[in-house]
Amino acid sequence: MKITEQKELEKIARKIRKHIIEQVYEAQSGHPGGSLSCADILTVLYFNQMNIHEKEPKDPTRDRFVLSKGHCSPALYATLAERGFISKEELKTFRKINSNLQGHPDMNKVAGVDMTTGSLGQGLSVANGMALSSKLNHDGYRVYCLLGDGEIEEGQIWEAAMTANKYHLDNLCVILDYNGLQIDGKIEEVKGLNHLEEKWKSFGFHTMIVDGHNIEQLINAFETAKITKGKPTIILAKTIKGKGISFMENKAEWHGKAPKEEEYQFAIKELKEK
Amino acid sequence: MNEQIKIATRQSYGEALVELGKENKDIVVLDADLSSATKTELFAKQFPERFFDMGIAEQDMLSTAAGFATCGKIPYVSSFAVFAAGRAYDQIRNSICYPNLNVKICATHSGITVGEDGATHQMLEDIAMMRTLPNMTVISTCDATQTKWAVKEIAKRKGPVYLRLSRYATPVLYEENQTFEIGKALQIGEGTKASIIATGDVVCEAIKAKEKLEEQGILVRVIDMHTIKPIDQEMIIKCAKETEKIITIEDHNIMGGLGSSVCEVLAENYPCKVVRMGIKDTFGKSGKAEELMKYFNITAEDIIKQMA
Repeated sequence: MKITEQKELEKIARKIRKHIIEQVYEAQSGHPGGSLSCADILTVLYFNQMNIHEKEPKDPTRDRFVLSKGHCSPALYATLAERGFISKEELKTFRKINSNLQGHPDMNKVAGVDMTTGSLGQGLSVANGMALSSKLNHDGYRVYCLLGDGEIEEGQIWEAAMTANKYHLDNLCVILDYNGLQIDGKIEEVKGLNHLEEKWKSFGFHTMIVDGHNIEQLINAFETAKITKGKPTIILAKTIKGKGISFMENKAEWHGKAPKEEEYQFAIKELKEK
Repeated sequence: MNEQIKIATRQSYGEALVELGKENKDIVVLDADLSSATKTELFAKQFPERFFDMGIAEQDMLSTAAGFATCGKIPYVSSFAVFAAGRAYDQIRNSICYPNLNVKICATHSGITVGEDGATHQMLEDIAMMRTLPNMTVISTCDATQTKWAVKEIAKRKGPVYLRLSRYATPVLYEENQTFEIGKALQIGEGTKASIIATGDVVCEAIKAKEKLEEQGILVRVIDMHTIKPIDQEMIIKCAKETEKIITIEDHNIMGGLGSSVCEVLAENYPCKVVRMGIKDTFGKSGKAEELMKYFNITAEDIIKQMA
């Protein structure tokens, strides 16, 4: 399945946003802000870029995706449901007792989840292991890893960046969900995190800055990454936390909070109007 | 016991890894700038394309191993025990044990027998940390023969394994044809005065004590508990029933390690007194391995004193 029509992809992203809100509302728990900010990125990856097959989720030659910011599981589950890996019905069980849809993704419970994540800072190293494995076997698959911008405050991310550079992992494409906010506020204030492009460049990455909600820009960046040889790529995707729901946009408080009924109704209405 | 030939388990690990690498193309080895000390350099020389020096970045190393494992590789990961199990604990917990990935953590330089490097490098809590992780198998070998078996055997066992190894050279206790089984302890001797349950580099101390006690007419048995998890419950209960005294000895904190494991089994199945020998809730210090073993009272002589 490869959808190239931009309007069609935008429509899917809207459906994913709707599923995100429904899951978090139904569970009365979860992380809507960061899930909404990466919805367009996931749409482009799963419907336009990645070589994956919903009928064969464990195909050894498939492209891999690591959601390093595992708390944005609602976005991943919504995408997998839209792509046919899991049923849309199952989304209602998110975070509930005996559900496969754990608060953070479990690779042994959900078809299409390539790595169990949740403890921040570990996904890039895992993605490196996958990319090295691909090179060792000459399997040719690509590995995608989505990082949160707050997440890169973890030192292990920079250990992993050195590894990706050392082994010239050009089959690795990292996407940074650069929404600028973390639980306690702005990333620039909480940890003084800035000059992100320079940082990644100096670690040996090919960097690109795009509007993380612009489908066309995202597709172009992923295509450029594919033809970039000898070094890993990072796409710094400028996003808006809570994107698509007006009262959630750019508000750190919506990092990990569920909407009340009135807010939920308002959010669903807003998504329909677009 | 032949005390002429002494080999550190880290050395046998390095040699066995090369043999395993020839037999199994899925084996990859990762190290964190310590390949000359952990002996993975032997593998690196033979199979450079399957060896990854991750630099001084243990957290990155363990998570990278997890990534390899998701793609069907069998990563053997080495560093000193304090950095492998301690520095990268969260990575082992969340990215290896929780998803039950096939990563083999082979940690050298465990215990106070590290010697001169002192407390920061003497890992005394790793058994405790590793055995409480679901899905993890914990093995602590005592000699070259057993280590070579373990290195190959764990490749056949799906799921995470922690193999605890030493820097300190210990006598070769077992013949080449000795058979071992994960989860099955070995009983040495039939004595009923005491069971000395030991693991890792102090098993040879227990055997030395057994031989000296025999000269005095005191017959004890030694239990080589090479697998800490799953622990051999049957053997522990049998020994408690058949012998007058239970003594555990380990180059590890007495809290959470072998002694605690034995107490857990006995408290639930056959309550009796247990003497736990080991490092008593303190950090190590610099010195020669032999001096430290005396200082922390984990020698054959110390075991003999328990029988007075």
